Amino acid sequence: MTLFIALSIALFCGILFGFGLIVAQMVNPNKIFNFLNITGDWDPSLAFVMGSALLLFIPVYKLLKKKLRQPLFARVFNLPIATLIDRRLIIGAGLFGIGWGISGICPGPALVNIASGEPKIIAFIFAMVLGMYISNYVNIVISQPNN
Amino acid sequence: MTELALFDSILGGLILSSSALLLLFGIGKVCGISGIFYGLKNLHSSGEYWRIMFILGLIISPFFAALFGFSLPSSIDVSWPAIIVGGLLVGIGSRVGSGCTSGHGICGIGRLSARSIIATITFMSTAMITVFIVNNVFPSTKLG
Repeated sequence: MTLFIALSIALFCGILFGFGLIVAQMVNPNKIFNFLNITGDWDPSLAFVMGSALLLFIPVYKLLKKKLRQPLFARVFNLPIATLIDRRLIIGAGLFGIGWGISGICPGPALVNIASGEPKIIAFIFAMVLGMYISNYVNIVISQPNN
Repeated sequence: MTELALFDSILGGLILSSSALLLLFGIGKVCGISGIFYGLKNLHSSGEYWRIMFILGLIISPFFAALFGFSLPSSIDVSWPAIIVGGLLVGIGSRVGSGCTSGHGICGIGRLSARSIIATITFMSTAMITVFIVNNVFPSTKLG
């Protein structure tokens, strides 16, 4: 029963997250370009998306993390444990930003846009999957001690 | 050309964080799309079927949004080379940097993680620089 509830929550969260991306128009690459284009006709919309998201997330997270010793329908919280700000983090985030800036698409909006049947979205997802596999080799190069 | 959509932006942001909070406090998972998606490759051995449910939810979400009058963009005005290069870099970068816009930008910063704050500042900066360079050095391929 718990498993059924957990899977239902995951499905509902996916629908809700996609819904939020559509309402916020983050699924539209032009919206992303115009937010990133700070020296042009800047559209600050995405700052409000992130701002409102964090204004809700931060206090609720602080409150519930203290109150709940475990999630409602799972044994443990699977939170990232890494705290080190290393070369991998900076290089990875840097490359991610360049890709996001070039295409105006990040992973969530790519998946939500599948329903449009747009060939470019399918191609983006294939390229992204290929990139995820290539990332293992990039990690090896970055992690070499004499670099 | 797009304009500030204040109401939709704030509403969208609140919906995104509601989903992230429910996923975290409901089943203990971080709402990072690139990580959830990449984890699908080990589905058989990990048994983490919640991942496929979440991704399925994302894919069918436009049908629910349509009921409320919200729709996907009618076309993707991005050139083919930008799609391919962008997709590759988004894939590489999200794995090497352990997250994307959702995982670092909402859940990570939301937990006040120093790593996520640095990652978000980094990808926002390189994305803005990329758009600036494309628009000013190659104006024929102007973005947006």
